[in-house]
Amino acid sequence: MFNEAKVVGDVIRGLLPQFPNIVCVDDGSSDGSQAVANAAGAVVVQHPINLGQGAALQTGLEYALQDPHTACVITFDADGQHRVEDARDMALRVLAGEADVILGSRFLDRRTKLSRMKRLVLKTAALQSRLATGMNLTDAHNGLRAFNRNVASAIHLTQNRMAHASELVHQLAAMKVNWKEQPVEIIYTDYSKSKGQSLLNSVNILAELLFR
Amino acid sequence: MLIFVQIVLVISVLLVSIALMRGGSNARHLAIRRVLLVIFGISAIFSVFFPTVVSAAATTLGIGRGTDLVLYATLVCFFVFMATTYQRFRHAENSLTKLARRIALDEAVDPQQRRSSPK
Repeated sequence: MFNEAKVVGDVIRGLLPQFPNIVCVDDGSSDGSQAVANAAGAVVVQHPINLGQGAALQTGLEYALQDPHTACVITFDADGQHRVEDARDMALRVLAGEADVILGSRFLDRRTKLSRMKRLVLKTAALQSRLATGMNLTDAHNGLRAFNRNVASAIHLTQNRMAHASELVHQLAAMKVNWKEQPVEIIYTDYSKSKGQSLLNSVNILAELLFR
Repeated sequence: MLIFVQIVLVISVLLVSIALMRGGSNARHLAIRRVLLVIFGISAIFSVFFPTVVSAAATTLGIGRGTDLVLYATLVCFFVFMATTYQRFRHAENSLTKLARRIALDEAVDPQQRRSSPK
């Protein structure tokens, strides 16, 4: 999380009944998000400086794997755009051994409401991932994912900023994991819209992928 | 002739950039950068004292004016500089990320301790 003090407390309290072990990676927030997350009941792992979303994801995975009891790791955005029910279903599917990785996709049902432009950009990104990896993905930039322990420990993200999503897909494709998608809803509140990715950011994603 | 020089220039820029962007040993890249810098420095001094020679060289290559030749050379150097700087920046960023992650993980509560003594 990066400066999410307004919402992260509610997000963590919403997750706790289903997920007792929550790691919240703080990416150098300056608005007191750390204290809020800690008070809500999550372990806060704090980057000393702001590194980016990909770096935070990798740190969270590594922290969760330090516990030998960890069998499944879920990644869940701190801004409250994911639904706890979706996360729980994904965790159950991974724990049941149905797949090594379950990836959330907002395009498998009609719940998520998107602007036409955003839909086009996300579909293009997914198409690019399909062509590059051969994985038949419908949504390449969805923050809600569930990994089993083996896959989680094999992921090594080096793209600190936005391109980590594509990097992750590439690593999964290289591992030839057994993956499935799960329909999830993305809740676009005014808050998440105001903080969310501007469409211009797709330029950054492209640039980071081309010049890595 | 002009188009030929342009093609050579573009290809050399691309090749050098790609060569320097693809990992490889750092010491070797540093050496290449230094050699290029020395060549650039010497030719710059040379062009100050003997502008006619540069012009003659430019005419031979079909570029026309010596100034244009210097301009093209500067462009090449600039792109090489950009490519290598970007690469070094990426390396520095990777190290910084690893360092920051180590600090973050070391400072956090040990997950096993937390499990055994929930607050």
